[in-house]
Amino acid sequence: MLNPSRETARVARGGASGLRGEELFGNAFDGKVMGRFLYFVTPYRRVLIVAVLAVLAFTLTQIAVPLVIRIIIDDALIGDAANRDLLQMAAIGFFGVVTINYVANYIQLITVAKTAERILIDIRRAMYAHLQRVSLSFMDKTEVGRLMSRLQGDVGSLQEFLETSIFAIGDIVLLIGIVTVMVILDWQLGLLTLSVVPILLVIRVVWLPIAKRAFMRARETSSIVNGALAENINGVRTVQGMTRQQINYDAFEGKVMDNLLAHLRASRLAQIMVPTVDTLTGGAMAIVIVIGGNLVLERTLDVGVMVAFLFYIQRFFDPIRSLTMQYSVMQRAMASGQRIFEVLDVKVEVEDKPDAASLEDADGSVEFKDVTFGYVKGQAVLKNINFRIEQGETIALVGPTGSGKTSTTALLHRFYDVWEGEILVGGKDVRDVTQESLGQHVAMVLQEPFLFTGTVFENIRYRATDVGMEQIVAAAKAVGAHDFIMALPGGYDAILGQRGGNLSIGQRQLISFARAIVADAKILVLDEATANVDSFTERDIQQALARTLKGRTGIVIAHRLATVRHADRIIVLQDGAITETGTHEELLDLGGLYHRLHAMNYASFDDVNEGKAAAASVALGE
Amino acid sequence: MTTAQSVKSGATEEAKAGSGLRATVPAGDRTYEGGGRALWRIWLMALGYRVRLPVAVVAVIVAAILQLFIPLFLGSAVDNAMGLLGGSEAAPGAVKDALLLAALLVLGTSILRGLFTLLFNYQGEAMGQSIAYQLRLAYFDKLQRLSFSYHDQVHSGDLMTRGMLDIEGVRRFIEHGIIRVIQLVVLIGAGAWLYMGSDPLLGFLCLSFVPFAVWRAGVFRLRLRALWKVLQERLSVLTRVMEENLGGIRVVRAFSGQDYEMEKFDERSEATLEIALQRVAVRYSNTSVMTYSYFLAMGLVLWVGGLRVIDGLITIGELTQFLAFMTVLQMPIRQTGMVINGIARASVSGLRLFEILDMEPAVMEKPGVAELKIGDGALEFHDVGFSYGGFPGEHTISNVSFKVAKGETLGIVGPPGSGKSTIAHLIPRFYDVTEGSITIDGQDIRDITLDSLRTHVGLVQQDTFLFTTEISNNVAYGEPWADSARIVRATDSAQLHDYIAGLPEDYETMVGERGVSLSGGQRQRLSIARSVLLTPSIMVFDDSTAAVDAATEMRIRQALRDLTANRATIIISHRLASLMHADQIIFLDGGAIIESGSHAELLAMDGRYKALYDLQIGAAREGAHA
Repeated sequence: MLNPSRETARVARGGASGLRGEELFGNAFDGKVMGRFLYFVTPYRRVLIVAVLAVLAFTLTQIAVPLVIRIIIDDALIGDAANRDLLQMAAIGFFGVVTINYVANYIQLITVAKTAERILIDIRRAMYAHLQRVSLSFMDKTEVGRLMSRLQGDVGSLQEFLETSIFAIGDIVLLIGIVTVMVILDWQLGLLTLSVVPILLVIRVVWLPIAKRAFMRARETSSIVNGALAENINGVRTVQGMTRQQINYDAFEGKVMDNLLAHLRASRLAQIMVPTVDTLTGGAMAIVIVIGGNLVLERTLDVGVMVAFLFYIQRFFDPIRSLTMQYSVMQRAMASGQRIFEVLDVKVEVEDKPDAASLEDADGSVEFKDVTFGYVKGQAVLKNINFRIEQGETIALVGPTGSGKTSTTALLHRFYDVWEGEILVGGKDVRDVTQESLGQHVAMVLQEPFLFTGTVFENIRYRATDVGMEQIVAAAKAVGAHDFIMALPGGYDAILGQRGGNLSIGQRQLISFARAIVADAKILVLDEATANVDSFTERDIQQALARTLKGRTGIVIAHRLATVRHADRIIVLQDGAITETGTHEELLDLGGLYHRLHAMNYASFDDVNEGKAAAASVALGE
Repeated sequence: MTTAQSVKSGATEEAKAGSGLRATVPAGDRTYEGGGRALWRIWLMALGYRVRLPVAVVAVIVAAILQLFIPLFLGSAVDNAMGLLGGSEAAPGAVKDALLLAALLVLGTSILRGLFTLLFNYQGEAMGQSIAYQLRLAYFDKLQRLSFSYHDQVHSGDLMTRGMLDIEGVRRFIEHGIIRVIQLVVLIGAGAWLYMGSDPLLGFLCLSFVPFAVWRAGVFRLRLRALWKVLQERLSVLTRVMEENLGGIRVVRAFSGQDYEMEKFDERSEATLEIALQRVAVRYSNTSVMTYSYFLAMGLVLWVGGLRVIDGLITIGELTQFLAFMTVLQMPIRQTGMVINGIARASVSGLRLFEILDMEPAVMEKPGVAELKIGDGALEFHDVGFSYGGFPGEHTISNVSFKVAKGETLGIVGPPGSGKSTIAHLIPRFYDVTEGSITIDGQDIRDITLDSLRTHVGLVQQDTFLFTTEISNNVAYGEPWADSARIVRATDSAQLHDYIAGLPEDYETMVGERGVSLSGGQRQRLSIARSVLLTPSIMVFDDSTAAVDAATEMRIRQALRDLTANRATIIISHRLASLMHADQIIFLDGGAIIESGSHAELLAMDGRYKALYDLQIGAAREGAHA
């Protein structure tokens, strides 16, 4: 497998980054993004139809309330004679309307919010499942934090959008409904009252760009603050070690102050709209009082209509306000949506063929036939590699840094597909078998041990959920981890902290060794797995491995000569090509790179990196 | 740090006031009690705003009262308009004047109400933001001070959630909670006073839904709070599962664990969804029933009011007044759900925040201690014993004694888990010894200031953290004012200068999250440069060259020779070649020193060290001569 950091360095220098920047606002409407939302929304269309109907019913009952009041005033209270029966009927009608309103309100709130939660989970799950399959080179060059912010933050900001967009339908209907009813009730007074709306619209048009900038700035400063906090949390050990607390505190204080000021400015701009809307509401009411009042005096307008108008005016600005809010919610959602779909669009390069076979009964042989492979077009990392490993053989892959050892094992596990040639495992092309069965066939121990939060038992067992305690203990004993595990409080049930933080790196590596043994695969790959353990432990592991490797195929990548000399065969890689193959003794006789390293008495192959192999040759007078 | 102090003084006030508050929360339930105390402390912080808070409160009261007057003007306008209808003798001119006056009053009151609303909204938000500002700084400060033993136990994602979402929860409580509650209380209280007077029965009917709504709100607040707490916990587990999966994606792939991981995710995701849906159900079933009760009360006002109009007891204008009054209440009632949700969330968030703000760092500076005075720079361990809090009774190291003087080098070697890194971490006091003591030039490290200790001790740690900034800033992390000559000198010693010089923007190249990533060996060399730049009196290399090849390591060591001549050096390594030239070598196993002496002495001893030597160096040599 590739060394992640090395690979990242190569990619990052080329200027290419896994994902694009984090724009806070996108266009308010993006057809592509909307279209793709639909894909996630479609499964819930029945529920959503119910929700929309409920929203409409809710809105209509809201419009109906002032109308009922109007009927009561004009028909039951005034007129020829007081009409108690009509009043009673109208009051019952009112109760009917508000009961429908209640039911509709309940249904719209619950269905919309619950469906939004479900859609969010679906979107997050789709992203997460996709990330399990995308190529490792994408995962290498993309920070976990950025992926997390998409899985959490961006998905979260869709929630607001999903909820409000359905209510926005209600707002639009409410607005249209109120206008219509007012115009029908009395078109002159209606239009006169509505004359305040253009004023509001003009003010909004002037206000919006200024406010938008302020809101953007506020959000930017927030993400700066959160970024600084995250960095300080993750680097807290360095911060304390270097006594940077005061400097960092001062710098953070500046950022938090910026954030405070930006938010206060945004708040002032947002609040300006409050007296504006209130003034316009007051103005509209004044119009109704003066003009409507005079019309009532002149008996050309029913007093109930005037009252209804007063009620409508009080409700009128709510939908306008929430609709303009909806605009910025949509902008945010589109930006988030783009980031989410960007993740979903990352190509899955390695996929099972539809007729992929299982490797279940295959043996542990491995064959590379004319394999050429690289990560960047035109830059092959492996060139025409040919070798065959028999079932039960243990071979060592050695060579300077960057010679392609890790890539070889990554290809064996089909983390990537070859450019040319083919790789056979158990006699079958790795592209013709399921990745699942390949994974069960090949177990790997990586250079950097990775443990999950959970018990020691769970970590050793990992995905082999049918394995019992006895096998776990046997594996731990085989790698010499049993003793220190028993010394933990709880033994195998001891909870490991974040990434096994309460264990030393060497101990963590022993647990990941045990994990590989429990996986019980026919082929075991050790990728510089003993770099972090001391020589004694390594010797113990070597012995354990000799036992474990019996009947299995082993591929060992190691720095230390002591580790590799006992292999059945040693393959020396240089610049992506095999330069030497043979047993320890044969290679020494060959007088090549392997021999030179021995002659120079280096204990490790690392010593020849960064072009020092050449220097070594010169030093030896060759 | 004034902010930290004000939060702390809040804590002590809270302790005094706490007993008075306890009566209002259900007894015997500790989480609820804690939540109430958290809210009380947030309130105490708000009390610190001696201008903003009173201004906001006065503004909210004035705005509410102004708002309550609008229905009165509307009602009188309706009555005036009906003046002739009602057969009154008033002259049309006078009625028109009265209408104009009512219109002007409505307009004027609306404008004033708008301005006062602006004032209290802004002051409320400003208070919320300022308190968030205070909390952010206090939180940041506290996290920097909490010792390694705390950070070892806690997941960084959890700390982030608290720093982002929980502070946000508290801020919203100030903005939407406190101010809105006052608004609601004033509207109902003053409304009752104004409207009960004119017609007690109708006034009573108007507010008849209030007791029901208050009762629902109370019940629903408690349920929401309980749900928020569980939801918060489940969310952080889900976050952890996702983070570990993405961080350990190579392991997942290597074991074809994708299906297993999806199952794990689904399980956590479903658990979160379950609570999220419950929260939705609780919140909205309550808010909708509260709105319903409001509308039912309105129906009663309409009915009974209509009857009273028919009976001639009140005018249509007065009925309009009552109905308009109810309309005034509609918005705040609709917001109650949000407010209650906010209070529930704030009490959980507040609890989670104060939990950390109240925490005392395990390693604390004694008050009034002096700075470390370096003389010979001799570091001494006196029978040091230590155990990590996580695993009590289990000593990580015990009875460790040694001395390193200025110009001397001590090598420490031993199997994994033998306590080597622990020794390294004890020297800058990242943890405190549980037994014995550590002295530098005779001064116990617990009796000097932490800053002076850590300035004099340079620990090159195993894991190197890169900050997202230029390489030069990363190298000069401990001393940002260092000039470029010093930076180059440090990177040169660490054998990193040539690599940096080859980068497109050499020392200005960005590294970290959004820049160039460095290989393990390069990171370690950067870490060495970082410490070397500070020219500390005591240098500790904690396996800091494991990923650096032997030849480069040799050159680093040669480059550092002049530097180390003047200081005490400790080298921890698996690789004997790294430390066999040390003046003294300790072989550690099971937390105890089992062998010590010079390289030659240890070889002569023919013990564990000799065995290790044979294994590492002997084997290679033997192979070479084969």
